[in-house]
Amino acid sequence: MHELAITESVVAGVSERVGRSRVLRVVLEIGALSAVMPDSIRFCFDVCSKGTQLEGASLEILEIPCRGRCRACRRDVEMRGAVLLCECGETDVDIVSGRELRVLRVEVA
Amino acid sequence: MCTTCGCAGGGVEGMATKGTSGAHVHEGHGHDHGHGHDHGHTHERHDRAHAHGGRPIDVATRTLLLEQDILSKNKGWAERNRGWLEGRQITSLNLMSSPGAGKTTLLTRMIEDLQGDLSISVVEGDQETSRDADRIRATGCRAVQINTGTGCHLDARMVSGALRALDPATRSLLVIENVGNLVCPALFDLGESVKVVVMSITEGEDKPLKYPHMFRAAGVLVLTKLDLLPYVGFDRDACIQHALEVNPRLRIFQVSAVKGLGLDDWYAWLKEEIAR
Repeated sequence: MHELAITESVVAGVSERVGRSRVLRVVLEIGALSAVMPDSIRFCFDVCSKGTQLEGASLEILEIPCRGRCRACRRDVEMRGAVLLCECGETDVDIVSGRELRVLRVEVA
Repeated sequence: MCTTCGCAGGGVEGMATKGTSGAHVHEGHGHDHGHGHDHGHTHERHDRAHAHGGRPIDVATRTLLLEQDILSKNKGWAERNRGWLEGRQITSLNLMSSPGAGKTTLLTRMIEDLQGDLSISVVEGDQETSRDADRIRATGCRAVQINTGTGCHLDARMVSGALRALDPATRSLLVIENVGNLVCPALFDLGESVKVVVMSITEGEDKPLKYPHMFRAAGVLVLTKLDLLPYVGFDRDACIQHALEVNPRLRIFQVSAVKGLGLDDWYAWLKEEIAR
């Protein structure tokens, strides 16, 4: 449900940066740990962009998987389910990627 | 959206307007204008896209690299709140849980037990009504209510307005009771010292696995309604194990606010945090 507020932030943030240009394409990075659902963002985008320079723009979402490094054995760890669990059995894992929630780039006319 | 005036922020009910939920102050959320233009050149025939202090534009493809954090506005407000609170040496908790986990009951008990020793004030977040703020005020504690309307979480700007209305005392404890929701509030930093997730044992031991984002975001877990343990099939050890799998650094307290169980440990930790 917070995706509506997130999408409003995307539209407001991009509008601020592009001046009066029309936006053709917006590329977002959304990490697996960001607690944001890409499908909900897509659903909200058309509604939130209506009447702005972003109206009609295509939306591309790059989903960034969660990766970490085990604090005990320093191995790389990939997320399976809800828990970052290392092969060595350790759950104390530094998160390397997956928290992304940003506008990567836009294309304007 | 603020349902009182239709603006994008939440309405903060003023302290002086107890019982009149329609009145609200707006210091917390000024209405932003569309865009800032801080550059020196004129705007004649100015129809080309160009970066404003960000990365340069690739003119040929007309691509703007923004690399802009979507939550940056909220983070900015959160850092302002954090500085404001730290300047006054105020320790602040952001209490989050699903609806009905016992946040307000825990809070009223904390106020009754601790208000002789320290000054406590409360920001209450709910979609509608000032019922929780009224419960808090009945203990003699100062409280402001934020009604988020259709909003599912508090954000840092709403809290900023509430802080000004509340004006908590120097070296006091501030508790922000978030909207009952185990999903959205996890994402929004309010500028608090510690995020506290409250979970009742009636919710089932697998909750940390079902809602990992919240348990990962929190620094402390308070398990409530411990007095009901004999009556519900709750596997306490499994719950704690799940919570620590999701977040190995989580501090866990087990309490019953109604029966007064386990509160001493929780209060001892809280006093340590305040003394830090």
